Amino acid sequence: MNIDSIHNGIVIDHIDAGRAMQIYSLLHLERLDCPVAIIKNASSSKMGRKDIIKIDADYNVNLDVLGYISPNSTVNIIKNGVRVEKKHIQLPERLVDIVLCKNPRCITTTEQEIHHIFKLTDPEKRIYRCIYCDTKAPEL
Amino acid sequence: MKHLIDILDLSVGEIDELIELAESIIAHPENYRESCKYKKLATLFFEPSTRTRLSFEAAMLELGGSVLGFSEAQSSSASKGESVSDTVAVVSGYADIIAMRHPKEGAPLVASMHASVPVINAGDGGHNHPTQTLTDLLTIKREKGHFDHLTIGLCGDLKFGRTVHSLIAAMSRYADVRFYLISPEELKLPSYVKTAYIKDKKIPYIQTTSLESCISELDVLYMTRVQRERFFNEEDYIRLKDYFILTPEKMTLAKEDLCVMHPLPRVNEISTAVDSDPRACYFKQARYGKFIRMALILKLLEANA
Repeated sequence: MNIDSIHNGIVIDHIDAGRAMQIYSLLHLERLDCPVAIIKNASSSKMGRKDIIKIDADYNVNLDVLGYISPNSTVNIIKNGVRVEKKHIQLPERLVDIVLCKNPRCITTTEQEIHHIFKLTDPEKRIYRCIYCDTKAPEL
Repeated sequence: MKHLIDILDLSVGEIDELIELAESIIAHPENYRESCKYKKLATLFFEPSTRTRLSFEAAMLELGGSVLGFSEAQSSSASKGESVSDTVAVVSGYADIIAMRHPKEGAPLVASMHASVPVINAGDGGHNHPTQTLTDLLTIKREKGHFDHLTIGLCGDLKFGRTVHSLIAAMSRYADVRFYLISPEELKLPSYVKTAYIKDKKIPYIQTTSLESCISELDVLYMTRVQRERFFNEEDYIRLKDYFILTPEKMTLAKEDLCVMHPLPRVNEISTAVDSDPRACYFKQARYGKFIRMALILKLLEANA
C-alpha cells in the first residue's frame, strides 16, 4: 500500500496528534484484513501536528467514535483515486457500546445483554455520563 | 409520565400536580379508597428496605389495590441468575405497576426499558430515590406552605447522601432559595452536584462545618445519617458518625417555625429528646411518603378517583 494515495477507501484526517491508536482500537481496525496505515505526528498547517489513518477498502466508519476521541477530524471517502466526499465530524449526543462504564456499582457490570450508553452532558468540556448511573465516561 | 426513574424526569408542573393530588388524598382519603380496585402493584425489592416497601404497599392497599412481590434478592429468581430485564418482562404479565429497589445503579432504568407496565424507581444503590424526594417536597409544602423564599440547611453526609443530591436538584428549580451545606470536610457535597444545581444557577449558598453557626437562619433543616455501608474504612466511619448531633440545646437557637426533616432511619444524629419538639417533622415526613406514593401510583396508572 502506498500511504500517500489510496484507490478506494477512506482517509481519516486531522486526528488530534497522539489519538490515532485509540481510534484504531475503538474502531477495531485490527479485525480488517485490508491494508491500514497509521501516520503519527504528521505536520499540519492548521494543527501543528496531526495523526492520519488510511484504510484501503470500503469501510463504514463509526463517526461517533471519531467524534468522541477527536471531534475535529475529517473523513475523506476515496473512489477510484479521487476524493468524492469529505465528512466533518460532530460531537455525538450519545455513545453506544463505544466505551464501558467503570463504576462497579453500575447495572452494566452485571447485566450482560444491555448496551453501554453514555450521553453528552457538557459539550464544552466534552463530558459524557453513563445513562444508568451518571458516572463520567473514562478519561481519554 | 410513563415511569419514574429520576426526580428530574418530572417537570415542576408535574411535581406540583402530584403534590396537589397528595394533598387532596390527605384531605379526602375516602374518595380514593377504590381508585385502584383490581389493580396490582409488584414490589420487586432486590435488597431489603422495610420502610420504602411498606410505604408502597400501604399506598396501594389504601387505593383499594393489592400487592405482590419479594423483599430480597434471595427470594427471587435473581438468585438463579435471572436478569433484571427478564424479571420485569415476566412480572409485567402479572402486575399493573412495578416498584423496584435494586443495589445496582441504573437497574430500574433497565427495567423501564423492558417492562410493559409503569416502573417506579424505589432506590437504586447510592444513585436515585425519586419517591423520597417527592416525600421531602410534600413535607416542605405541608409544613412551610411554599417552595420559594426558603433557606434550607442540609446537614451530615452530603457526599454519599443521594437524598440530599436529589433534594438540592429539585429545590434549585424554585425562586429565591438559599442553601447551607453543613458537613465535615470529608463528607462535603461533590463538586459536580454543587456546580450543576447551585453554582451554575447562581443560587446563594454557604458551606460550613458548624451547625450551631447557621441553625438560626434556617427555615428547613434536613438531617442525614452517616451510612456505614458507604465507607471502606471502619475508622473513618466511627470518627465521622457522631460529627453532628441535633440536640434540644441546638434547637433553642433555631427559628420558631423551623422544619426538621430526616429521610430515616436515624442512628443518633438527632437526639430522641428532639422528637417531642413540634418542629421535628421526620415522622410526619414518613407518613407523607405514603400519600405521595398514592398520588404517584394514581398518576402512573391514570386511575381516576
